[in-house]
Amino acid sequence: MTKQLASRRAVLLLALTFAALVVLAASVRYGAVEFSATDIGRALSSLLPGRPEPTLDQRIFLELRLPRAVLCLLVGASLGAGGALMQALFRNPIVEPGLVGTSSGAAFGSALFFVLGPALRLEPGLWTLPVAACLGGVASTCLVFLLARSREDGRAPIVMLLLTGLAVNALFMSAIGFLSYVARDPQARSITFWSLGTLSGANWRAVEAVAVSTIGGTLVALRCAKQLDALMIGEEEATYLGVNVNRLKWVVLSVNVVVVAVATAFTGVISFVGLVVPHILRMTGGADNRFLILGSALAGATLLSLADLVARLALRPAELPIGIVTSAVGVPVFLLLLRRRRYVF
Amino acid sequence: MLEASDITFRVGGRALISDVSIKFAPGRLHLVVGPNGAGKSTLVKLLARLLRPQSGRVEYDGADVSRASEADLARRRAVLSQAVEIAFPLTAREVVMMGRHPHFGSRPGPADETVADEMMEHFDVAQFAGRDYRTLSGGERQRVNFARVMAQLWRAGRGPACRYLFLDEPLTFLDIRHQIAFMKKVRAFADESDVVTVGVLHDLNLAARFADRLVLLDRGRVAAEGTPAEVLTAARIREVFGVEPTFLPAGPSGFHLVFD
Repeated sequence: MTKQLASRRAVLLLALTFAALVVLAASVRYGAVEFSATDIGRALSSLLPGRPEPTLDQRIFLELRLPRAVLCLLVGASLGAGGALMQALFRNPIVEPGLVGTSSGAAFGSALFFVLGPALRLEPGLWTLPVAACLGGVASTCLVFLLARSREDGRAPIVMLLLTGLAVNALFMSAIGFLSYVARDPQARSITFWSLGTLSGANWRAVEAVAVSTIGGTLVALRCAKQLDALMIGEEEATYLGVNVNRLKWVVLSVNVVVVAVATAFTGVISFVGLVVPHILRMTGGADNRFLILGSALAGATLLSLADLVARLALRPAELPIGIVTSAVGVPVFLLLLRRRRYVF
Repeated sequence: MLEASDITFRVGGRALISDVSIKFAPGRLHLVVGPNGAGKSTLVKLLARLLRPQSGRVEYDGADVSRASEADLARRRAVLSQAVEIAFPLTAREVVMMGRHPHFGSRPGPADETVADEMMEHFDVAQFAGRDYRTLSGGERQRVNFARVMAQLWRAGRGPACRYLFLDEPLTFLDIRHQIAFMKKVRAFADESDVVTVGVLHDLNLAARFADRLVLLDRGRVAAEGTPAEVLTAARIREVFGVEPTFLPAGPSGFHLVFD
């Protein structure tokens, strides 16, 4: 019985790895410009020492298409893994990684940057926008924690975190609404595009930053998987099994904040991936957290790359904000999952 | 040996437990009884170190338990709570295996697998191994949790240190047949010479039948302690519970209580 479940999980993880690679191949090939396998091979080999300078097409591939495809995988992985972590921590299957205010805070940070940046003579350089978003994400998460902390013993009960997170998210969303209302057109359009999520600003620096946070965060998360398993049967029971629940909360939330804020910083707010992906995996392979974290990272990467492909191809040569695609696909899938009788809450 | 000396626990200025000093010997079944709000669950949580007293101390085998590491404590102390709710699709076998968490690193070893299987067999839940925990009835769930707690305390042979089993109103969701079967299994485990067992029970008749020692708790203090016959006198029941008892001579404990 248990053996069956373990081997089903192994098969699922293998299949997801394969799917991620296939989608990666498709997303470097298709877009506003199509690249054949030979084009891709030539572009890649132009990087080798002693080859002639790459042509314009090859540079488009190397400096725009490839980093975008890789960034998409990484951001999808961080949203998926973040979702799995937060659902395990909150012991609730309908929780999103942005729940404790991280992504709305990051969106607010960047909206503020779009509006105030020109006045403060801040150039929208490679790092300034991501830094503003990261600061916003960390600040809003800290705000949620300060407000959720109990005055008596300084602990932050899960229910308080959930409700405070909801309230703070609403607050930041209204602040973003206000900013985009008062902003003039180019900024207002940037805010809109960014709060719907976009990968059009992808470059290798972004890939480096997101790779560090995603891979580092996932490794720390995997080390917490066994403790998160114990947490599924309750905070008290986990304590009796030797888990320091307060320390676990801090580690997992810090990982989630860093991973989500860094991803949001480069791509904007992308919803529903972190909510739906762990859900689907849990239905197919059970609730083991090691499996869920790894599987959600792989499935998140695959799904977000697919969504980006749709976002690039649907209105070619123009492109859609990716958040529109993830919500448009994610919401019906989520509703369908909710209505399946097998999956009871 | 489990010993609490002068423990006091307050929440918001109100003492839930005040100056309780009490000893629990291994090889005996100790049951705590008392009216609602007497502090029974709080006492068990203090003894199991889920809560820490503001003053006084709790000792396991003569050593202050507040200094024990989480991992060490988890290998010799287990608690069966009233009801365990799970929001995720875990199989009954996975829940039982959690009891072995303190004993293995990242993956269970063959010994852990054997213990989990044996405990499921012993508590008559082996047939639910692959079932989703959430689809089990309240009584079936409680048996799965009992198997988990016993898997946590299982060890090969006698160790030098005692093992500590706490039960916090474990019978709430069990029908009468499973209540009796459950108490018999607790009884058998409590008889082991290296096991200290402390439980909270509401039913005075069940408590009187199965306990070696009863502790009567009233408003955070120990009102009486001793054998069931010593503790459960008509005067005390009247005073502490506010009901009029009648003692009928019957059953394994020698008397059966009827209340009015």
